[in-house]
Amino acid sequence: MKLPIYMDYNATTPVDPRVLEEMLPYFKDRFGNAASRNHAFGWQAEEAVEKAREQVASAIGATSKEIIWTSGATESNNIAIKGVANMYRDKGNHIITNVIEHKAVIDPCKYLEQNGFRVTFLPVDKYGMVHAEQVREAMTDQTILVTIMHGNNEVGTINPIGEIGKLCKEREVLFHVDACQTFAKQPIDVEQMGIDLLSCSGHKIYGPKGVGALYVRRKKPRVRCEPVVHGGGHERGMRSGTLNVPGIVGMGKAAELCVQNQSHEIENVTRLRNRLKDGLFNRLPEIYLNGHPTQRIPNNLNISFLYVEGESLMMGFSDIAVSSGSACTSASLEPSYVLKALGLGDDLAHSSIRFSIGRFTTEQEIDYAIERVCVAVEKLREMSPLYEMAQEGIDLSTVQWAAH
Amino acid sequence: MAYSDKVVDHYEHPRNVGSLDKNDPNVGTGIVGAPECGDVMKLQIKCDESGRIVDAKFKTFGCGSAIASSSLATEWVKGKTVDEALQIKNTEIVRELSLPPVKIHCSVLAEDAIRAAINDYKTKQGQSAGAHPAAAGAH
Repeated sequence: MKLPIYMDYNATTPVDPRVLEEMLPYFKDRFGNAASRNHAFGWQAEEAVEKAREQVASAIGATSKEIIWTSGATESNNIAIKGVANMYRDKGNHIITNVIEHKAVIDPCKYLEQNGFRVTFLPVDKYGMVHAEQVREAMTDQTILVTIMHGNNEVGTINPIGEIGKLCKEREVLFHVDACQTFAKQPIDVEQMGIDLLSCSGHKIYGPKGVGALYVRRKKPRVRCEPVVHGGGHERGMRSGTLNVPGIVGMGKAAELCVQNQSHEIENVTRLRNRLKDGLFNRLPEIYLNGHPTQRIPNNLNISFLYVEGESLMMGFSDIAVSSGSACTSASLEPSYVLKALGLGDDLAHSSIRFSIGRFTTEQEIDYAIERVCVAVEKLREMSPLYEMAQEGIDLSTVQWAAH
Repeated sequence: MAYSDKVVDHYEHPRNVGSLDKNDPNVGTGIVGAPECGDVMKLQIKCDESGRIVDAKFKTFGCGSAIASSSLATEWVKGKTVDEALQIKNTEIVRELSLPPVKIHCSVLAEDAIRAAINDYKTKQGQSAGAHPAAAGAH
């Protein structure tokens, strides 16, 4: 077993060697610009880009003409949200989203709020889920766009996208889904689910960083986005700029590999995730699962370890790469807005760790992680004044803290 | 952000973890911080008749830098008189542990914990034994 162990697959994934192999020629001999229409170098690059478009489209039941290449999901989200808002502003000025979206959705929405749009940020339930009924109640005759993520990147909860999509279809409101954590890894069908726009990225699916895609529906209805980046009119005018051919080739191949082994990978990752979960819950008292117990992406496990602060816990198993919702891991000193939106107290939010596993995680690594985490939690609890007070029977919620 | 070697050392081998009898009149207890803020420090001192600190213990809920700051604080107060211990400044802790700007509040908290423990000790000494043992307590 090689150390350190990577358990942060929700942040990014390593490039699969088969993907890298596919990309390499496009850095070397096949370096052409896909927009060069008059020579073999250009044709070669264009052919590769179109093949990748097909691979990405088929992962979500779309047609290749509906795929726009971008630099990543942040850009895809920006084009979808700002592009739709600006294109349809004569129709209405209201957008519906929710409070635990990724910042790449929240911040474009806040930007629009400053520019004449009205945005409803729906609350989520204690599992981090948005319900179609909430969306229905928030809709007005001014609503032009609903944007709801598929799988949450922090707590893993999967939203009822199909139900929300059906509602949006009934009300003829455009529906955008940020599917960063689920694209190619979970079954998605844009027709069945009523999705009009969908953002995804290469580096979450064992492809390279710096490439992403946006699905933009072409029929029933034909969706149009005003460009965010203006230029040569590439990608049906929605995203100008010379295409990142090696990255696109990699994303296409990565999507294809994920789809080919989708059910097998879901099964395998679920088994390993449950092994980790059971191992920790069987040994450690007073730990809490964050996110939905069943409706969650299979590779994510987010746990609050009561009485222990997340960053110090991560230091206790520094040979395992995870992430924390603790304030101390960010510059802001504020704990995760996602965990707070689930109704977690700040103490539990500060105590959270996100384990996310993937294709290359082994059972041996899981067992090693269980042991390391348990030892670290036990050691830090012995060192924790909160644990001591709780052992003495003091109800921590009644303590008057000398806050600083 | 990488941790300094000294922070890692205090985290791996914390000095003086534990608790002293908070009802002992010669023991001063300081509890500072709040769980919502992500750090709570409990620092205790035990003094001899002359007011010299002969023992110190801590327990901390917080990041590695908070643990290291309180661990270092217990090391530094030992052997000092309470008045000498009051001279310890958070900036010295920052320097010793090479804390980055974002972790300066950890050192401030450690300084506060020393003061709170000494205040508690002085209160107990000034008044009869049995005074409220901690800066923060159940109510």
